[in-house]
Amino acid sequence: MTDEPADKQPAKQAEPPKGEQPSAAQPKAPRVEAQPAAPAKPVVPPAKKEEPPGPKPLDSPLVLRFRARFGEAIRDAVIDRKQAILVVEVGRLREIAEYARDEEQFDMLTDLTATDWPKREKRFEVVLNLYSFPRNERLRLKAQAAENEKVPSVTGVWGAANWLERECYDMFGIVFDGHPDLRRILLPDEWQGHPLRKDYDILTQDTAWVRENLGIESGQ
Amino acid sequence: MADTRTPSFPGVQTTILGADEIILNMGPQHPSTHGVLRVKLRMDGERIVASECIIGYLHRGVEKIAEHRSYQQFAPYVDRMDYVAAVSNGLGYCEAVEKLLGVEAPPRASVVRTILTELQRIASHLLWLGTHALDIGALTPVFYCFREREEILKIFEKYCGARLTTHAFRIGGLQYETYDGFEHDVARFCQDFATKIDEYERLLTENRIWVGRTKGVGVLTAQDAIDLGVTGPVLRASGVEWDIRKAFPYAAYDQYEFKIPTGPNGDTYDRYLVRMEEMRQSRHICLQAIENIPAGPILAKVGKVLKPPPGEVYHSIEAPKGELGYYVVSDGTIQPYRVRVRPPSFINLQAFDRMVRGHLVADVVAVIGTIDIVLGEVDR
Repeated sequence: MTDEPADKQPAKQAEPPKGEQPSAAQPKAPRVEAQPAAPAKPVVPPAKKEEPPGPKPLDSPLVLRFRARFGEAIRDAVIDRKQAILVVEVGRLREIAEYARDEEQFDMLTDLTATDWPKREKRFEVVLNLYSFPRNERLRLKAQAAENEKVPSVTGVWGAANWLERECYDMFGIVFDGHPDLRRILLPDEWQGHPLRKDYDILTQDTAWVRENLGIESGQ
Repeated sequence: MADTRTPSFPGVQTTILGADEIILNMGPQHPSTHGVLRVKLRMDGERIVASECIIGYLHRGVEKIAEHRSYQQFAPYVDRMDYVAAVSNGLGYCEAVEKLLGVEAPPRASVVRTILTELQRIASHLLWLGTHALDIGALTPVFYCFREREEILKIFEKYCGARLTTHAFRIGGLQYETYDGFEHDVARFCQDFATKIDEYERLLTENRIWVGRTKGVGVLTAQDAIDLGVTGPVLRASGVEWDIRKAFPYAAYDQYEFKIPTGPNGDTYDRYLVRMEEMRQSRHICLQAIENIPAGPILAKVGKVLKPPPGEVYHSIEAPKGELGYYVVSDGTIQPYRVRVRPPSFINLQAFDRMVRGHLVADVVAVIGTIDIVLGEVDR
């Protein structure tokens, strides 16, 4: 359990809040690092049995530096399962990515993907998982984008983004502005539809493509 | 829906070629592309000017399937991605879901997981070594490698009944107790294996043809590797001493002593040496682990129906090919809202273009082999 932010404060001086002693009826929390933290400190979520893991606000020095630099463009900062997440304004993603690489030493883009939340006002959430070799720390950047909203490409910041953004475009139809070669990567170029969208059913297929190219009625 | 499709075959868009240039198509049905990888090469004589990988022939929509299965139901699917290292795939997925649930596998399960995963790393590297050497023209190693790989697969078969797509682990630990004589089998394999690696090295390491075909071929600098997100042995051969087993220890790796081999030049030869050393280190980890497998339960207390609290987690492990990550989002129901697999082969393959430029067409085969891709994982 070491991929927590490096600048997390130690929790050892915390004194257990009242009513938290494990009662005999309650099985011991299986997590080894389970130790109560001071209620005033939001940085370390106490891993007690009663409280399920989930997102909690984060206020680490790293977040403060991002906030000082970008102000309102940092929409939210949370910690979930000991992993730091910054929700940023989609229009300034490229700028923030550059800052993360150059000033905060997040030199590797581990992964770039998206999640579709059709009921939200902005349905897509582009997710960047960053890693810093000098700090041995991970950070997740998220940006929300509406259906036809363009997302700035980060290919100029990390070369790894090239294929990852193509995959994201292929699967979700998110257009990355400034990508040098935004084509489908896994599906055939002529395929219609974007399979990882929630409104694309698991049995959906591009029937016309299948008929024309595979010579069969259905791929199902 | 307006039909905007064009009759063009994917990727064959008009490129302005120089007077001496040709486009050479390799694959998808080519024995040295290790599956169904298609490579388009722009050549000036026999030198490669640019290249393009065309992938997706094996796309099965694994991430979409995950959204329609329960957490446990999806576990066997991950074995089909990197099908030559199914145990590692399963470990990554199970640990990711465990993190999402907030449970931890019992110590006994962690140690057994570590042993099986390291055996899997050896098996995966053996398959790589055999086929890579075969591609370059060394016919002998493949027989030796498959001989030893068979011993590992036998251990898997005795443990869980399957050899390739094992589904060896369960969310929360293990389903099966180790069989009688498990430690003995692992110990015997490890003892024999030390001399076997030396045998492979005698065939290749100082072989003039091998050195000539691999030294200085497909060089990837550390800077390029980090920029392209390359991980695993390919990154280490470029001189970056980074291994998730050390950086973010998982399973029981923090209890064992092992080294991270690195290479100075980042060429095909260094990647070969790094993987050879990794096999020795894996053997070393296995020997340490079987010394003391703690007693106790093998499965943590997890319900029959898994409903992780809403939220998300990214968990990655050092798979034989590089960083294998799972980004799992839960909405509190029994099915994952989203499972994203960060496939090491896919991302490492992106470095292919930088590695082959300026080389000869025969080197393409060496470079594809040295990245160690599995198309099941590239295309998912």
